[in-house]
Amino acid sequence: MSTSQPMLDIQNVVTHYGKIVALRGVDMTVNAGEIVTLIGANGAGKSTLMMTICGSPQATSGRILYNGEDITGMPTHEIMRKSIAQSPEGRRIFPRMSVMENLIMGAETANNPDTDESLKRVFDLFPRLKERQNQRGGTLSGGEQQMLAIARALMSRPKLLLLDEPSLGLAPLIVKQIFDAIRDLNQSDGLTVFLVEQNAYHALKLAHRGYVMVNGTITMSGTGKDLLAREDVKAAYLEGGAH
Amino acid sequence: MSNLKKDSLFAGSVKDAAAGGLVALALFGMMIGMQADVATGLGGQLGINYRWGAVAIAVVIVFAGRLLLNLFVWKSDKPVTRTVGSLLPKASSFSGLGRFATPVFLVLAVVLPFLLTYFLGTRGSRQYLDLAILVTTYVMLGWGLNIVVGLAGLLDLGYVAFYAVGAYSYALLAQYFGFSFWVCLPLAGILAAFWGIILGFPVLRLRGDYLAIVTLAFGEIIRVVLLNWYDFTGGPDGLSNIPRPSFFGLDFERGEGNFADFFGLEYNSIHRIIFLYYVILAMALVTNLVTMRLRKLPIGRAWEALREDEIACRSLGINTTNTKLTAFALGAMFGGFAGSFFATRQGFISPESFTFMESAVILAIVVLGGLGSQIGVVIAAVVMIGGFEFFRGLEEYRMLVFGLLMVVIMVWRPRGLISVRTPSISLSGKAKGISADLVQEGHG
Repeated sequence: MSTSQPMLDIQNVVTHYGKIVALRGVDMTVNAGEIVTLIGANGAGKSTLMMTICGSPQATSGRILYNGEDITGMPTHEIMRKSIAQSPEGRRIFPRMSVMENLIMGAETANNPDTDESLKRVFDLFPRLKERQNQRGGTLSGGEQQMLAIARALMSRPKLLLLDEPSLGLAPLIVKQIFDAIRDLNQSDGLTVFLVEQNAYHALKLAHRGYVMVNGTITMSGTGKDLLAREDVKAAYLEGGAH
Repeated sequence: MSNLKKDSLFAGSVKDAAAGGLVALALFGMMIGMQADVATGLGGQLGINYRWGAVAIAVVIVFAGRLLLNLFVWKSDKPVTRTVGSLLPKASSFSGLGRFATPVFLVLAVVLPFLLTYFLGTRGSRQYLDLAILVTTYVMLGWGLNIVVGLAGLLDLGYVAFYAVGAYSYALLAQYFGFSFWVCLPLAGILAAFWGIILGFPVLRLRGDYLAIVTLAFGEIIRVVLLNWYDFTGGPDGLSNIPRPSFFGLDFERGEGNFADFFGLEYNSIHRIIFLYYVILAMALVTNLVTMRLRKLPIGRAWEALREDEIACRSLGINTTNTKLTAFALGAMFGGFAGSFFATRQGFISPESFTFMESAVILAIVVLGGLGSQIGVVIAAVVMIGGFEFFRGLEEYRMLVFGLLMVVIMVWRPRGLISVRTPSISLSGKAKGISADLVQEGHG
């Protein structure tokens, strides 16, 4: 892979829900090996952008390139087989299936057939899941379910991991555990992560670069450190967030 | 103190029961008390029969029932229901049932014709064998529908359409081309699967209630077409003289060169019944085997995942379109097999056999048995179809008893008789069943 070409290149993407415009021309890049975060208020269009990358809904105009390949018009299941994995908002684990089955579902469509190796990796990352492997997904706590959702996404050995609000509804200690795991994955495996977050403080601290989204457009971008230091970001997204 | 409480409890209960009685009086006064009738004494004119005695009985029943419920259940410190509930077997005691029940059922099913003929003679056992064939047909239909509803979670109210497609495929192929049962059986399955895909395409975007309504309409469309396409299907007259299946080319008829003659047996019409029983049993077992096998394969897991969460499925790269279509097609295929068996057994089919009621019964078997449970379907089919025949002596009260039974089962075990789900995969190889008792009703 050439280093000059970003892994994910989002060019002037516009997305509609029926007649309502959700994204008004978004430009964004994610380079290989980076953690990039997208922060913004409720309804800014963060999740819509993530879902547009996955092809559901599809962009009305603009282009999304993944390693130089145009994936804008592809069906979701084909996009998700290109070494991209997503942990959707609200975790969405399979509640009546066991933890193990949930994980196997993640490896089902993977190009890499070595499921045992993938299992070992996610169990190393989240030992709690190993203890609970025969338990029903729905009986896990919120934090464990989030771990399961991320682990399930990792089972396909993705190059790019899309995370939609992994800290949603979790206690600070659990959030820290999960963010540590993300950092770990990025540093040791070189996994590229695109993180959509409400929890701006932790997300910007973790990320190499960040984008701020307001009303369907990107209003600010910069390194995580720079954004954290900016007064307007602080005022809008960090009041009370930074302890 | 406790005396005072008892008094107020009693007074309150009586007051409440009296109110109930009044409502009953107002309702039943018209409904039961006045019967429009062709009065005999008035020379054939329309008159009204007054039946105040019956009204009084109805009101007393309501009053007494409500009083007793008040005293012993609703306002009591120690409701009777709790005592009774503790006497009923605990739901969890059924967890291990599947493991023991399966081999017992299987052996029983295999030796059943011999048991019956041995104990009841060939004449006496015939009606029970007929019933067994009927029950097994419903078991097969239940297993087929279980793929669509139980595993893939797609509520299908028109399953009988595929049953009809299978039955008519065989009957028409036999009539127009003279094909035998064994040639038509796979063809009927393929045709039904094809119709399953035809139905699947337009409903891909639908879920839950909307899907149910469209499948319901589909079932009716098939029936109405069969009913009105007189030149081709015979319309309401149906199709008769459908050929019977042969045993490797040997017919079950009197005379030389047929089954009885070939094996040196004395001709008896029970031979064919027993043969039919084994045919449907084998077909049902194949359905079960295929389903159990598929559950352990990626496609089966994808069905179950689809039932749990469609969006998550898509985010994992599962092609939900294909997953739904395969579920529809496979479920329909087994419905088609069962349909062609039905045609050959009856020798006569008409659209009347494929009403919505059939779909409802099959769906009830699946839901009552516990969605997704194979052995549950067997138990539910035996209870529903067998029970239906068993209560025949009660005549018009049969439906009442039957309905009550269903209500009781659904109150007692809201997720069906067997609601334990065994994971299809585990590392240690000894995955425990996941009881559904931990799940809220109607969720997950």
